[in-house]
Amino acid sequence: MNLPTSAKSHQPRTEQIILFRISGQTFAISSASVQEVRSVDNIAGMARDLPESHLRKVRHSIRRGDRTLYIVNAAIHFGLQPQPASLVFFLRRTRTALLIDGIDKMTTMTRLQALSLAFQGEERSWYRGLTALDQAVIPVINPEGFLSLEELTLLETAQFSADAHSLTSENPGAHVQ
Amino acid sequence: MTPSPETVLQSFVLLRLGERRFALPASQVAELVAPSRIFRFPHKSSALEGVVLRRGRMIAVCDIAEQLTGKKLDTRRFNLLATRKYGHQLDWIAIPVSGECELITVDMMPATANDSPHVDGWLSHGGEVIEVLRLSALTPGPAETLLPAPLHDFMEARS
Repeated sequence: MNLPTSAKSHQPRTEQIILFRISGQTFAISSASVQEVRSVDNIAGMARDLPESHLRKVRHSIRRGDRTLYIVNAAIHFGLQPQPASLVFFLRRTRTALLIDGIDKMTTMTRLQALSLAFQGEERSWYRGLTALDQAVIPVINPEGFLSLEELTLLETAQFSADAHSLTSENPGAHVQ
Repeated sequence: MTPSPETVLQSFVLLRLGERRFALPASQVAELVAPSRIFRFPHKSSALEGVVLRRGRMIAVCDIAEQLTGKKLDTRRFNLLATRKYGHQLDWIAIPVSGECELITVDMMPATANDSPHVDGWLSHGGEVIEVLRLSALTPGPAETLLPAPLHDFMEARS
């Protein structure tokens, strides 16, 4: 059945999201932004140390196809108390692999409210906005907000150094946390 | 009686922060509501406590008492929901207050260059001289030139 144009335009748009936890705090991310979910144990053997990384939140990288992704400790990124992570989100169209504590559930959001203009810190790049689910407010992650261009440049330098070092010595798989 | 040329007859909401009363133009005040749960999430805007959910709208909470009176509120009886205007955008903010609010219509004496940036003017009411607050100077917000582009890729609600 074809709905009249006006009826179609009033249908709320929805978006599939994943609710997940970092240090006890719940966040949401568009499921379309998550390319793959792996357990930390599963990637430990593939992760490489970045001893010269100047970013506390990034201590390891991982090779995926022809790209190097940086493993970001989400708790440190958000200034939360780090806890042992159990899962990694490989974020689509970014160079971020995100360490998280666990997934709560998948659900649908129908409304994304822009962050109030009162928020003027780094959170403006961290979040796409806020959504309300079951009378609770959940920040919706911006997948591109974990690593700035400047941070990526620093990490590439650290990676270059690590690669050079690995040519002269064996680099066993890192313990990711 | 004709108001003097320096004053403007307007409606104001008087709000109580501890022992002192302040005023806001009534046009900037949307609602006075009982305090509700503050939802906290990581951010770097230290003046903000989080957000409250009111009629589907998520509103940032900013306690301005410490800036104005030197100490945080002991008791929060209500949240005053006010709006700030940035260009064409209205941005809501929740201000905890410690007592009942009152609507009055009086002349406002505009602020002078000697007044603090947060003072928009002065009222005389009930034997008190009351500061009319300029919310944009007390609560964090963008410079007008730094306003973010609206979200285009998803249904989004701006106030």
